[in-house]
Amino acid sequence: MLTRNMKITCGAFLLAVFAMFMQPALMPAANASEAAATASSVASAPAAMPAPAASAAAAPATAAAPAAHAVTYPPAPKLTAADYPTIPGVNSRVAVWLVAQLHLWFGAFVVAVPMFVFIIEAIGMATRDERYDNMAYEFIKVSITAYSLTAILGGLLSFCLILFYPDLFKYMALIFKGSMWAYALLFFAESAVLYIYYYGWHWLQGGNKKWVHLTLGLLLNAVGCLLMFLANAWTTFMMSPAAVDAAGVFNGDTWAAIHNFLWNPINIHRVVANVAYGGSIVGAYAAFKFLSAQKKEERAHYDWMGYNANFIAIAALLPLPFAGYYLTAELYAYSQQMGITLMGGVFAWIFIIQAVLIGALFLSANYYLWCGMGRSEGAYRYNPRIKYIAIVLVVAFLVWFTPHTLVLTNSELKDLGGPYHKYLGVLGIMPAKNTAVNYLLVFTFLSFMFYRRANKVATVSWAAAGNAAQIALFTAGLINITILGVYHGYFTNTVYKVAASIPQVLTTLVIIIVSTIIDAFMYKGAKDVAPLHWGRMPPRSQYALFLLAVSFTWLMGLMGYVRSGIRQHWHISNIFRDGSPDAFTPGLGYVANIVSIGTIMFMAMVIFVFWLSTISGKHVVAKGYWKEQQA
Amino acid sequence: MSATPKRMIPRLLQMALVIVGVYFGFILFFDVLLGQLIPKSLLTMYMVFVVAGVVMVFTFTEQGAQELAGPIKALVEDPSKKMMRNVVFVIVPLLAGYYTYSSMLLSFEAPVELRTIHPAPPNKFKAYGKSYNLTTLENPYRKFEKEDPAKFKELVKEGGDVYIRNCQYCHGDKLDGKGPYASGLNPTPLNFQDVGTIAQLQESFLFWRIATGGPGLPAEAAPWISSMPVWQDFLTEDEIWKVILFLYNYTGRQPRSWAHE
Repeated sequence: MLTRNMKITCGAFLLAVFAMFMQPALMPAANASEAAATASSVASAPAAMPAPAASAAAAPATAAAPAAHAVTYPPAPKLTAADYPTIPGVNSRVAVWLVAQLHLWFGAFVVAVPMFVFIIEAIGMATRDERYDNMAYEFIKVSITAYSLTAILGGLLSFCLILFYPDLFKYMALIFKGSMWAYALLFFAESAVLYIYYYGWHWLQGGNKKWVHLTLGLLLNAVGCLLMFLANAWTTFMMSPAAVDAAGVFNGDTWAAIHNFLWNPINIHRVVANVAYGGSIVGAYAAFKFLSAQKKEERAHYDWMGYNANFIAIAALLPLPFAGYYLTAELYAYSQQMGITLMGGVFAWIFIIQAVLIGALFLSANYYLWCGMGRSEGAYRYNPRIKYIAIVLVVAFLVWFTPHTLVLTNSELKDLGGPYHKYLGVLGIMPAKNTAVNYLLVFTFLSFMFYRRANKVATVSWAAAGNAAQIALFTAGLINITILGVYHGYFTNTVYKVAASIPQVLTTLVIIIVSTIIDAFMYKGAKDVAPLHWGRMPPRSQYALFLLAVSFTWLMGLMGYVRSGIRQHWHISNIFRDGSPDAFTPGLGYVANIVSIGTIMFMAMVIFVFWLSTISGKHVVAKGYWKEQQA
Repeated sequence: MSATPKRMIPRLLQMALVIVGVYFGFILFFDVLLGQLIPKSLLTMYMVFVVAGVVMVFTFTEQGAQELAGPIKALVEDPSKKMMRNVVFVIVPLLAGYYTYSSMLLSFEAPVELRTIHPAPPNKFKAYGKSYNLTTLENPYRKFEKEDPAKFKELVKEGGDVYIRNCQYCHGDKLDGKGPYASGLNPTPLNFQDVGTIAQLQESFLFWRIATGGPGLPAEAAPWISSMPVWQDFLTEDEIWKVILFLYNYTGRQPRSWAHE
């Protein structure tokens, strides 16, 4: 397996090197359209520039990099359909779209798993509970096969870009040649550290060796994140190009191109989302193993694993809406055009689908927790309260996905007297959404709290006061979230409306953090009400874990399309126009179909990975097959 | 685990009653009490989540799930329920068939369309024979709101005169989108009182939409429909900026600004 993985890694590395250095040589030095582009760009140099925020961000970097001016960069080429190679029977956009998305899904998983594996391993070391160590090992084992697939798909993506979008790749490679070279080298480092980390797991056990192993885990995460940040720079440069003039002539250094306006917002969003996504995929793995387990011990083990995976997914899911909000606010600040296209234009309908999928995520995560209360008789006393949590969650979601512009039949339009609903219209804008999302986060946390304390009875003398403090905290927090949302959202101007979202988020975080601290002290040394039966979970709870993974995958696909699609007919926003026959924004139904096909392909590959992990542990003794060896 | 309690109403029926109750509750609340119907598309979306939530609550315990599945299992497997089974197995496909038939039936109703409320603006546009950069464009009169309130009041009044002479026929004298011509337009004119319209936008956006009207919308903003005239052919640049002051002043809204965000 090691040899196979090494071969794949080396192959991908060689491909990346090939792509960087050989590709410009394979291109015509200057094709007809490039020549035309140079001429026309000189004439139109003072014309359109990206948004001022971007130019403001780029300006210092440009000024600070006089040395880079020694290299002369060409302007962005002006392409025609003839400049895009085609292969009969292959739709180049769909091919790049699907391969890039599959690469991203696997990449997100592979980058995320070592993050929580590192934490779980550290917990195991701190508590000296070997179960954590075994679980961490099993998680990383799943990601090893996924790592190979990430590399294969990365190589395929490079080929697709070179084949179908050679001029774009050439332009990007010239600007990012430094970081692409670093990326290729880092990929080697990532592979080396990952393999030592995985294959050395049972070798580096106990005492200082375990510390060495944990350090390797930290190093693995550092390299993994660095790789992702470098790749993020390429995609964000295409959205918010920095250090380029109106003709697309790059006049900065590599750092200026990397540190573009949307780089950090995307980095933050992707790190948080990857952890949540990774948690959901290993949760699906645990569910797969749980459902196929034959023995009671196996079911108990995979039930425990599924619980931990769901915990990871929820823990990362809680801050995710805020990371997304920050990214969108920055995108709006960078370009009003992009912001409005995103949230008010045709892409807004994908956000409605997003809201529905996020609803599915939260509901399935909550459902899993509620089912988990059946592991112990002690939890039954909390069951009557679940319906109230469910009501709040559902109402919050109804607000969350109510669109501002409604889809109306002509008769409905006539009855309402216009496209706006007098009462539901107010739910369609961000203050209502922000309030709803904070409510559902707080109540999801409440579900988790109920689950955690369901089988325990606090023995500290101040338990009643602690409970009262928590009730007061939740009540005051929810009132604050509501006032901020309703008053500042609807009765003040836009400046306060947007700004109010920050104290709302802070309120939610305060509720979660302070409650966790109180609970930690209050339930220290608490006694169990009844024995906890790991493995006593109904199969439907495991399907909730599957739903979590599928919803996440679908969601990432859709939002990935939106992030890329808001460039519309530009390869690189406002400086490098897409001249291919596919330079149009596809219809929503078409988008949904492509993303759904991608999701099915990914889930099929993931099931394949799960299956591989099952057969890798099987050992068949083929009696009579092998020749007897003489002693 | 406790034994299954005897219930007045079986769990399956309870669940069905809750779902049907919520469905008609929505209709009663919006269509009857508030007098604004709930659109069918939205009601469908709402009910999907309501059903999901109700099913979750009824099945998260093993006992609940068994109580719910029990009657269905009995209907399929119990020999004594043969008549009931046959009836259900006839009615359910017939209902599904009827639903499919009525959904596919041709009608004279125009297809529903997705309309974008705020078309995406370009970075730059041309009007009055010159180029404007939308990302840096500001209302030249906005500064008087603080510097010279009396002058600002006068400018708002002038903007109001422009509005009454030109805009109120469609957008209404209360700026609520219900002018005398509004009923003849589809989509109806924008309601500026709505918190989701001008309150969400920068003044530069309004200037662009007013000056260039429907024909000024860029290709990337498609799909769009707008009967907004090209006002640069009828109003001066100053008049447009003044009318923008009036729109915000009358509705009590403030234009969107990045200054404090």
